[in-house]
Amino acid sequence: MAVLKELRKPVAAAQKINRAPSPTLAIALPWVLVMFGSLSPLAPVIGTSPVVPPLGFMILLAWLQMRPGLFPVWAGLPLGLFDDLYSGQPFGSAVLLWSIFMILLDIVETRFPWRGFIQNWIMAAGVIAAYLVASALFASGSSGVAGVGLQIVVSALTYPIVGRLIGLADRLRLTAFKAI
Amino acid sequence: MAPPNNRRPGFSRRAQYSTFVAYLIATAGVLVGGFLLFLSSRDDATAARARTTATDLVAAPAVAAASARASGSGWFDSVRGYFASGREVKDLRREVQVARVRKIEAEALREENQRLRGLLKILETDGKPVAVARLVGSSLSSTRRFATLGVGANAGVRPGMPVRSELGLVGRVLEVGAVSARVLLVTDPDSVVPVRRAADGITAFATGLGDGTLQIRLVNLGLNPLKQGDTLVTSGSGGLYRPGVAMAVVIRLTADGAIARPLGNPTTAELVMVEPEWVAMAAEPDAVSSAETAPAQVGSGN
Repeated sequence: MAVLKELRKPVAAAQKINRAPSPTLAIALPWVLVMFGSLSPLAPVIGTSPVVPPLGFMILLAWLQMRPGLFPVWAGLPLGLFDDLYSGQPFGSAVLLWSIFMILLDIVETRFPWRGFIQNWIMAAGVIAAYLVASALFASGSSGVAGVGLQIVVSALTYPIVGRLIGLADRLRLTAFKAI
Repeated sequence: MAPPNNRRPGFSRRAQYSTFVAYLIATAGVLVGGFLLFLSSRDDATAARARTTATDLVAAPAVAAASARASGSGWFDSVRGYFASGREVKDLRREVQVARVRKIEAEALREENQRLRGLLKILETDGKPVAVARLVGSSLSSTRRFATLGVGANAGVRPGMPVRSELGLVGRVLEVGAVSARVLLVTDPDSVVPVRRAADGITAFATGLGDGTLQIRLVNLGLNPLKQGDTLVTSGSGGLYRPGVAMAVVIRLTADGAIARPLGNPTTAELVMVEPEWVAMAAEPDAVSSAETAPAQVGSGN
């Protein structure tokens, strides 16, 4: 928890004299990382059942919780479209679900602006579970829902790791290396 | 904390409008997503083109990663080999002696088989595969079971062609891009393959369960004749899959059939072969049209 609080602070490196973070990197990196997560079905692993967490969605969620307002509320439309191209889900399922969850998380953000690590984790686990169940419903009807139990557990347990990695990426994003 | 009633960011019209437009586009995203989902349940052709184009764009690094996986696991194998080589050499020598005898027996059987086939006038159709390639990835987080293949239309791959490893049937090609293709694995809930028991030809259908196993449903209901350990091969009805390709082994019996484990496990298959459709391979005049309608016949037949 202390680490997460540490990461929320402005990065110390930004105080270096005569250096500033690159605006291109600061704006593009979150989008690129979410799209990179969406490419996970092209990892050279052939699975026989769905156990791998929905990485694109989890990375988006981690960014939303760490830097509220970094993504515009409409980001679910383009990012979901990209995810649909690779995920194997019926086309449009991620556009719909990501858009809905972007709006929902925006409402949560205005209503509960102060949250701790545990609250964030519980909320993320709930959101991911709902997302996976809805995805399974779209992909293979009610028969598919039974198969995602293990995936929900794995996703909930790996979410803090994704959060840590996104914290590191955020540090990189705001590193002041560009000479003014 | 209750949200403030007034969400205006300030007196700036520009800031107010951009907040409003952001919510407008977000709501449009929900509607667009629902519309696309509805469309893809009707007709998947447009989405298929978008998907294959997108996969083509990133196919090259994915193929490179897949070959790196193969060479990486090979390195581990060779290290392990140093520790186990002595015992393995002894085992292999004994196996070679056994295999020599088996080979002579098999040659005799092959000759007899050819003679009998000649009597039955069965076409000799062990055709060459269309392409040999790696499976570069699969839908890891979806309940559907698709895999991406590292070759496409440029190598002559067409939708509907069966894909197999040396151990058994893996799936069939669903969508084809220029340098990549999407394969419907036999374990997908939408995949139906007509099979028969290798020993006596009892016919059944193998449907994927989405968790790596297959549900075997018998065509003739009644007393369940299947037993644990039975081998199932493709029966060739429907015209899509060549008859006699190894398919699955029964692991558990159910009330109306069995649960089986597919032999051509795509997780362990390094390279897979894309074969021509069986009917097209047998070169009948209306081959292509009957192969197109094959899945529908299979679906209505059970």
